[in-house]
Amino acid sequence: MNLFFHLGRYFLLIKRVFSKPEKMSVYMKQIVHEIDNIGISSLPIIAIISFFMGGVITIQSAFGFTSPLVPLYAVGFTVRESMLLEFCPTIVCLILAGKMGSNIASEIGSMRITEQIDALEIMGINSAGYLILPKILGGVLILPFLIAISMFLGIFGGYVMGVATHACTSYEYIYGIQAFFEPWKLYYSFTKVITFAFLITSISAYFGYYTHGGALEVGKSSTAAVVYSSILILIFNFLLTQLFLT
Amino acid sequence: MIEIKNISKSFGERLVVDDVSFVFEQGKTNLIIGESGSGKTTIMKLMVGLHEIDKGEILYDGQNFPTLGVKDKQEVRKKIGMLFQGGALFDSQTLEENVRFPLDMFTEMSPEEKMERVNVCLEKVQLTGKNKLYPGELSGGMKKRAALARAIANEPQYLFCDEPNSGLDPKTSIVIDNLILSLTRELNITTIVITHDMNSVVEIGENVLYIYKGKPWWTGNGKDILKTTNPELLDFVFASGFMKEVYNAVKGK
Repeated sequence: MNLFFHLGRYFLLIKRVFSKPEKMSVYMKQIVHEIDNIGISSLPIIAIISFFMGGVITIQSAFGFTSPLVPLYAVGFTVRESMLLEFCPTIVCLILAGKMGSNIASEIGSMRITEQIDALEIMGINSAGYLILPKILGGVLILPFLIAISMFLGIFGGYVMGVATHACTSYEYIYGIQAFFEPWKLYYSFTKVITFAFLITSISAYFGYYTHGGALEVGKSSTAAVVYSSILILIFNFLLTQLFLT
Repeated sequence: MIEIKNISKSFGERLVVDDVSFVFEQGKTNLIIGESGSGKTTIMKLMVGLHEIDKGEILYDGQNFPTLGVKDKQEVRKKIGMLFQGGALFDSQTLEENVRFPLDMFTEMSPEEKMERVNVCLEKVQLTGKNKLYPGELSGGMKKRAALARAIANEPQYLFCDEPNSGLDPKTSIVIDNLILSLTRELNITTIVITHDMNSVVEIGENVLYIYKGKPWWTGNGKDILKTTNPELLDFVFASGFMKEVYNAVKGK
């Protein structure tokens, strides 16, 4: 019953979020602000993680491919497939669920307990739309770019580490990352990213918006936002993979 | 003018507001007073639609607010300014942005006109030149005054103030009271103030409703309250030793 209560309330909130904005120009400014707040500020952590993960996958692959039947360009191929299909769209989004999710839930939750959301309502503003819509749109717009950068840096990190540690040659690696490339896999990856961006922002906003109590409850909302966003990312990852790859 | 007719509200089994009726007159400071937990803030939240009433009517110049649709409610709310107990200023915005916010959302003013209006509002609440400060950099009294500036920015017809003096020293309390009184007179608006502060009641209470255990218990003005014979109101008004001395002095004892 509790699940249905939350589901019903979530969809009612989403309906309010997507109702007509009071003033588009104010919302546009908010969207740009959110792109910077939740997107651009995540770039350094994504860059570091992606670069080193690419490097580690390269070294692990080279270490594992001991058979002479497996060509060394398979290292580049493995890094590309890992980065494009799973690491960047899913694992990076899981990391972002922690960063963005707790940020969104605690920001909106704090506004709730300090009556700032009530103040918006009393002014005649649709508080759900004003606070949540820019976060959802900002997240959905910026995450694909962040993930594209993550993919590039992951593959680049693999190249740098592979060449530096002599795990493979530059030629083998570059040949590997171009081998057997199927463009539809990018479509699959970015569909996942857009779905996950919507899930992270909307679920986190939901938990923040319905915070009641004090600072302790804001902390609980942030935790719940991260936990439920992560679980739903995993579930939707499975569903989308089934849909695209079978 | 706002009129409430026989409004009631329960939370679960607990009846918090019990059949309250009152007329909040335009151009006057209307006070709701009562002990903590007597239902004052709930009445205010019912009036602005933050809670839904169980029964009764809330009439904004004849319009029954609870029965209005979402859009019509929003239209009424655009005419409301509210000063929250904690200020409820937007933490991420400067004082100037806070006061400008209702203007950005609901008016087609040019940036210059908005800035002029913001400066007028800040001057009214004696915060001239503090435009670029963030709420975190303000004292409690300054936050209340800033919130008042935001509440009047869009020239509201109805001004709600939830315990504007709580947590303030007597001197700052008097400043806030005088501001509320002068704004009410100047803008000819319907002002509703919730307070515990007896000084405020006497100074600015032109139309007072005393709530006792969720029920309307006494009505009158701030001066009449010192002459009351209502035992519950006497207990409330003269709860402190100082006020008892005042009472005895008034009675000539």
